[in-house]
Amino acid sequence: MMMDSENQGFEEAQLYSSRDQMENLVVKEQLSSKSFSNYRSAMSSLSETHHPLSPPTILTPADSDPLLAPTIDRDVRNPKASDRLFSEPLHFSDVNSVPFDGNSFSDVNGVESPSKSSESSGGLSRSSSSNLEYIQITVSNPQKEQDVSNSIVPGGNSYITYLITTRTNMAEFGGSEYSVRRRFKDVVTLSERLAESYRGFFIPPRPDKSVVEGQVMHKQEFVEQRRMALEKYLRKLAGHPVIRKSDEFKVFLQVQGRLPLPTTTDVASRMLDGAVKLPKQLLSESAIAPQEVVQPAKGGRDLLRLFKELKQSVTNDWGSSKPAVIEEDKKFLEKKEKLRDLEQQLSAASQQAELLVKAQQDMAETLGELGLTLIKLTKFEHEEAVFNCQRVRAADTKNVATAAVKASRCYRELNAQTVKHLDVLHDYLGLMLAVHGAFSERSSALLTEQTLLSDLSSLKSRAEKLEAASSKVFGGDIARIQKLEQLKESIRTTEDAKNVAMREYERIKENNRSELERFDRERQADFLSMMKGFVTNQVGYAEKMSHVWAKVAEETSSYSKENN
Amino acid sequence: MEQERSMPVSLLSPRSPSSQPYLSVSVTDPVKLGNGVQAYISYRVITKTNFPEYQGPEKIVIRRYSDFVWLHDRLFEKYKGIFIPSIPEKNAVEKFRFSAEFIEMRRQALDIFVNQIASHHELQKSEDLRTFLQVEEETMERLRSHDSGIFKKKPADLMQMFKSKVSDIVLGKEKPVEESNPEYEKLKHYIFELENHLTEAQKHAFRLVKRHRELGQALADFGKAAKLLGACEEKAVGKGFSELGAKSEMLSIKLQKEAHELLLNFEEPLKDYVRAVQSIKATIAERANAFRQQCELAETTKLKEINLDRLVLMRSDKAAEAEVEYKELKAASEEATKRFETIVVLMNQEIIRFQEQKTLDMGLAFHEFAKGQAHLANGVADAWRSLLPKLEALSVS
Repeated sequence: MMMDSENQGFEEAQLYSSRDQMENLVVKEQLSSKSFSNYRSAMSSLSETHHPLSPPTILTPADSDPLLAPTIDRDVRNPKASDRLFSEPLHFSDVNSVPFDGNSFSDVNGVESPSKSSESSGGLSRSSSSNLEYIQITVSNPQKEQDVSNSIVPGGNSYITYLITTRTNMAEFGGSEYSVRRRFKDVVTLSERLAESYRGFFIPPRPDKSVVEGQVMHKQEFVEQRRMALEKYLRKLAGHPVIRKSDEFKVFLQVQGRLPLPTTTDVASRMLDGAVKLPKQLLSESAIAPQEVVQPAKGGRDLLRLFKELKQSVTNDWGSSKPAVIEEDKKFLEKKEKLRDLEQQLSAASQQAELLVKAQQDMAETLGELGLTLIKLTKFEHEEAVFNCQRVRAADTKNVATAAVKASRCYRELNAQTVKHLDVLHDYLGLMLAVHGAFSERSSALLTEQTLLSDLSSLKSRAEKLEAASSKVFGGDIARIQKLEQLKESIRTTEDAKNVAMREYERIKENNRSELERFDRERQADFLSMMKGFVTNQVGYAEKMSHVWAKVAEETSSYSKENN
Repeated sequence: MEQERSMPVSLLSPRSPSSQPYLSVSVTDPVKLGNGVQAYISYRVITKTNFPEYQGPEKIVIRRYSDFVWLHDRLFEKYKGIFIPSIPEKNAVEKFRFSAEFIEMRRQALDIFVNQIASHHELQKSEDLRTFLQVEEETMERLRSHDSGIFKKKPADLMQMFKSKVSDIVLGKEKPVEESNPEYEKLKHYIFELENHLTEAQKHAFRLVKRHRELGQALADFGKAAKLLGACEEKAVGKGFSELGAKSEMLSIKLQKEAHELLLNFEEPLKDYVRAVQSIKATIAERANAFRQQCELAETTKLKEINLDRLVLMRSDKAAEAEVEYKELKAASEEATKRFETIVVLMNQEIIRFQEQKTLDMGLAFHEFAKGQAHLANGVADAWRSLLPKLEALSVS
């Protein structure tokens, strides 16, 4: 990773790359203080101990901690990935027990790796540094539990919970280690609450619900897949500089027992109240019923309905079917178009990456099978040998067989690493969903604002007309006066709502902007890192294989035509 | 593909043509002739020799696949006991019959076939070989169509016939007499087992060729996608992806090349090995036939002898006739015995030659295989390595 100390801009933690290797280092980047203060003003009551101006150095929460070495092989496709059984040291690079990636290997080959200095001691160097912030999350220990509250059906309604362990030194958490049990439903709740609170942010998408039958739910493979997906998801959340400090996230990771987040909520009313009260209630231990929080302001029930209707009109597309929203920001529209192209190409590249992985896998298999067949042939020839030339042939065959088996292993290991590197493509493809979501929140907020504006103007014109009419009648019509009063009340409420909506829209726009910036930056870094890792990996294993085969070529050189 | 591949050193002396006798053949230049269903491939067969019976230092003739089949069948008939080199299979799926790769594979196999004959100390003296290498095309055609009546069955079918006969005998299904020769039994068992092993190895070798092609394709597609992705991205990343894509496409070509090399230099020699083993099985069948004939004739002769003695004793007038018959039968029996014994002697020699030859052939095949793989791996390493400084530079900028 980049450790160019001369550069003022530092790179952000790479959470989108799900690499198990150690050395994704210490990268420092903060949100621009402007966007951060906007965010803070929106959440004005939040006690925020994090000072926007101090440089938070964020570490990948990943498996870099040697104390918490991943026991589970994350590579479903290559179960033998951790198998490294060269019985003899083949190559100097083999001495490094670490798979080839941009860091450890590049040294050996003489290619300058700027991050040389920081990798060698693995996770230890990081944790010892006091100004380095890290958060590490592990999901483990799936257990079956019964839903006791629903005791109508005895023994029915069982579900799986997972142990979620968090290790962190982040000040916001107020502690260093937490362990809670959560079920998948809780994760869904968390993702929904985050979606509401962080409109306009690129929130990593949660794992799919997977509609499966009851029996399958408990099958080991499914549970394991889900465990991995949950871990990946939580780590991604932890990699988001804003979300990792959110109350929802903290509550999810820390609070024992039942998850104290509302499973449904009335967005409209929260917007009306400025969405201020909710997080505060979550953090404090006092139990405030969710219904109280969402009690709308006086006279706002009409507007509740209004907001609900407006929200329903949000579609999760690139804004093609809703003519009502007039997005005037040209730069934004350009960016959106570009992102659409990116998504398309990313999808294609992601597919081809999968096919490449499969081809490497097949190669490994066939080489292995060839090797085994030749070994059988060797044994046979050796045992049945009548003439000496047969023994010679058996020995030759054995050399080739051994080489083929070694090459097969090389391909397998190469592939295990390739999967990890190219996963970055898949991850970013998944993230595009989050981008979609963020953009549609913006559309929806703009729609709300524009609708309110037009409603306001129509209310005002009605009031004017009524005023003009009643002024002609001396003394006034009591009914008309009352009606006018009501209208004026509506206007006031609508005016308030409009202001809230405008603020919300601006807030979301700003979130979009800062996220886009972060997205572009991180994507650049992640993709370049991915490319380096991928290429370095290929070089490493190609060299290994070249060495293996060169040896056999040497051993059989007497047979070559040139020598005859 | 060099023609001297399987030639013992003693016959390879182009430097001093007058001193050592040499016979060197090459099958080259496949050309498609004819139209539609009648279309076929013709090959140029170039003979360079100083054998006195042959015309001039060099002679070129045009031959087609069925001419090679003719040669093979005649040798098989005449030289019982010798493992006749095998020709590539006739049947090919119609649409691949004229694919460049198939044509090249067949040409190579035919070249090896003729050279193996030319370098065999007995077979090289064959008149049929000389005919094949020297006569004009019209004569060849006449001979070929004339003999196709006699050798109606295709070699593959002949093999099949002998194969089943031999395995029947070996499995003890048929009850006719069998040699009780433990060493020979061991050899037969070895040959049958060997065929299984080799067939499996050849199958995997063929699959390996396919895997190289598939990996090549995957790299090409991935490269293309990477380039398109690069076009969407800006500055460093865009450039990075473009370079990555280009390298990927370049490596795809290398892989396709290696697939081709692997096919010709590793998979085909293994296939040739399998065919050679099948040729031995055909000889085993011949030997069994000869043995059976010898036994039957010996038996019949013995009976005839007993009968003759009886007639002589009885002073029958049929005795004279019987004696003539007996003498004829005895001669035939001795012939059959001699034929059988020749086969035995030849087979013993042939087995040694076979084993030694195969060690050389496989040694070469292994060498080419390893060399090809090393070369490919080097190419891959070099290509990717050259990308690293560029990526490094892009990361810093």
